[in-house]
Amino acid sequence: MAKALLKVPKTARKGEIITLSAMFSHQMETGHRRDAEGQPVARDIISLFTCQYGGMEVFRADLHPAISAYPLMQFTTVATVSGPITFTWTDEAGKSWRETAEITVTA
Amino acid sequence: MAAVDHSTAPSRRVVLAMLSATVASLDAGSARAETADMHAAIKAFAKGSPITKGKVKIDISPLIENGNSASMGVFVNHPQDAQAYVRKIAVFNEKNPQPEVAVFHLNPRSGTSRVDTRIRLATTQQIAAVAELSDGTFWSDQVEVIITIAACLEE
Repeated sequence: MAKALLKVPKTARKGEIITLSAMFSHQMETGHRRDAEGQPVARDIISLFTCQYGGMEVFRADLHPAISAYPLMQFTTVATVSGPITFTWTDEAGKSWRETAEITVTA
Repeated sequence: MAAVDHSTAPSRRVVLAMLSATVASLDAGSARAETADMHAAIKAFAKGSPITKGKVKIDISPLIENGNSASMGVFVNHPQDAQAYVRKIAVFNEKNPQPEVAVFHLNPRSGTSRVDTRIRLATTQQIAAVAELSDGTFWSDQVEVIITIAACLEE
């Protein structure tokens, strides 16, 4: 199963405002929880989410433990060119995951 | 067959009462951000600039059943183009262990300043959002959210 669930329109008109949605399979462990044995569960969160499109970063979010497990980000951008829209999630250890969706932009 | 000696060992009921008292005290005393912490975090985000109430809108249900995952949207009543746009929207909470929730970075290509996500809320509390505009001004909104099942205390 893919790590991420993306919602990106397949086509859009140039200049149209489109809504992008990305959910990532991650527990966003807060570091405040204890397991069944009473041991603290180590903090492990996605702290950075970015979206690259048309040669620039169109959205960035700094995330904290108050973001729910399976972090969902929904935002808008202006359709400019056909091509990939890339979503990147980075955890606090610097590990990152990338997912891409293609969009076709018509005149 | 020996009778169970109730004089030395605490009864199950007593143990349960003690446990729940401990949980209750942890609940109240653990490192929850106080209102002051939220205000300090907001001040740090605005770098001391004055913040005016208005323009920003937090879109969240006032009564939330499950604090582990509450849908929340924010937006700013402001243009989002090259001349004037929303640069950042930061979201804060009053009573989770840390006051920060997220900072969203926007630009003229965003088209709108609407962002939606899902957040954790440990208990009934205030949520604040502060927006930084391209002209350097800061605007805010604050709402109270009532939680019936809290986050952070499961398992």
